[in-house]
Amino acid sequence: MGVAVIGASMTKFGQRDAWIQELLAQAGEECLDDAGVTPTDVEHLYVSNMASGEFEGQTGVMNALAHDLGVLPAYSERVDQTSSSGGAGIYEAWQSIASGASEMTLLVGGEKMTHKTTGEATDIIASITHPAEYKHGVTLPSFAGMTARHYLERFEAPRESLARVAVKNHKNGVDNPNAQFQKEITVEQALDSPIIADPLRLYDFCPITDGSAAMMFTTEERAKEITDEYAVVSGIGGATDTHVVHERDDPTVMGGVVESSKQAYEMAGLGPEDLDVAELHDMFTILEFLQLEGIGVADQGTAWELAMDGTTAKDGNLPINTSGGLKSKGHPLGASGVAQGVEIYEQLVGEAGPRQVDAETALACNVGGFGNCVITTIMEAAE
Amino acid sequence: MTLEAGKCPNGHVSYPTHPRCPECGEPQEETFDFSDQRGEVVTWTKSTATPPGVRQPNTLAIVEFDVDGDVVRALGQVTTEEIETGAEVEPVYVEELRDPDVGLKRENPESQEWGGYRWDPV
Repeated sequence: MGVAVIGASMTKFGQRDAWIQELLAQAGEECLDDAGVTPTDVEHLYVSNMASGEFEGQTGVMNALAHDLGVLPAYSERVDQTSSSGGAGIYEAWQSIASGASEMTLLVGGEKMTHKTTGEATDIIASITHPAEYKHGVTLPSFAGMTARHYLERFEAPRESLARVAVKNHKNGVDNPNAQFQKEITVEQALDSPIIADPLRLYDFCPITDGSAAMMFTTEERAKEITDEYAVVSGIGGATDTHVVHERDDPTVMGGVVESSKQAYEMAGLGPEDLDVAELHDMFTILEFLQLEGIGVADQGTAWELAMDGTTAKDGNLPINTSGGLKSKGHPLGASGVAQGVEIYEQLVGEAGPRQVDAETALACNVGGFGNCVITTIMEAAE
Repeated sequence: MTLEAGKCPNGHVSYPTHPRCPECGEPQEETFDFSDQRGEVVTWTKSTATPPGVRQPNTLAIVEFDVDGDVVRALGQVTTEEIETGAEVEPVYVEELRDPDVGLKRENPESQEWGGYRWDPV
């Protein structure tokens, strides 16, 4: 059964006063309105959220949201796949429609993080690591530092290429009213910012963020009755890589990206050459290179060239992260994968405003942990 | 005090050990202690933004060892702030790599080990 997306929304990302239940309800309500769907028509509700218990002491957020939105007695479920919880939510929502289990599925992803100190938030996220890694005080940023050093040394990539990713995504974020930062930065600023995990600096990292995003899924048949403007999930794949990061054969290959994108391309009957725009999980600048290589857009060790020659800029051949990416839009863990879906949906239905590019086919790659879990989604504009 | 790698009947080796071999799914039946060996730094970072209970800065390295003819990699803290890719290091045991009484696991520090090996440049 063809699966369609008929509505999408996201809250302002950044430092918010609202707690998790209110954030989720805000995006959920806006998505119901955007899709023109009555709450009681929703049959399945998925809530992508990594750690509301650890961050806020609030658990059971799926049932709370179902009640707040008036979608009872819909089936509800919380989806946790760490940073790729949002992508996993897209996978669950797609499955629910494709299998015939639901005719109308609402997906809401959200996280409330900024009330914690940076150290506390970093520790919650680092708790996804293996105890043999955790005891050494490893953090996700330090994995990024080690991987970036290896990449730069092995492929003789200039340090500036990573700064170019940050500059590009900040520039794109200026046009996104929901982005945490709507502020351009320069290569010099990025290269002079404080060191966080050598050789990576402050501007190589996404911020800590509160926010929520939502998408409405239905059958293609039903979508045609409801609206002229919809997108189709034509391919999706999910895969898992090693829990222990140093056990991977090649530190610069994200196996979950390779495998999940292979599945998504196969289902869609498409390849990397067919993409018009993509949202990649730039939690750290180096990840944009590893994903461009993992999804087959660039050969191993060459994606940095695309940041240098402007291929991935908004006016380039393959715009990457027109939303501003996690880098400038922010990264409320459970919301991020859904917000990627929101951006490619808006690009495909022509609702991206000043960020609009010419796009018929779009991809989103959502990475959990340091590539531990990955979901790749391909969406196409309705014919 | 060991740095133990696991090996399955098909000869695949991993550190840390797993109940089943990550390569082929067979049970890991043998273990090898490589705490007395020297290894080579594959990559490293000096992390300045560290979580509660972790030293600051925290220099970490992924080190490659030759364990019984197989390549085994391990992540660990470095005894010095700076190190070089390709440097030769040896493991030295530390009772507590971070303070278990602060941070997310403070209410259940018994859930995991806190001692382990740092890499000391030779």
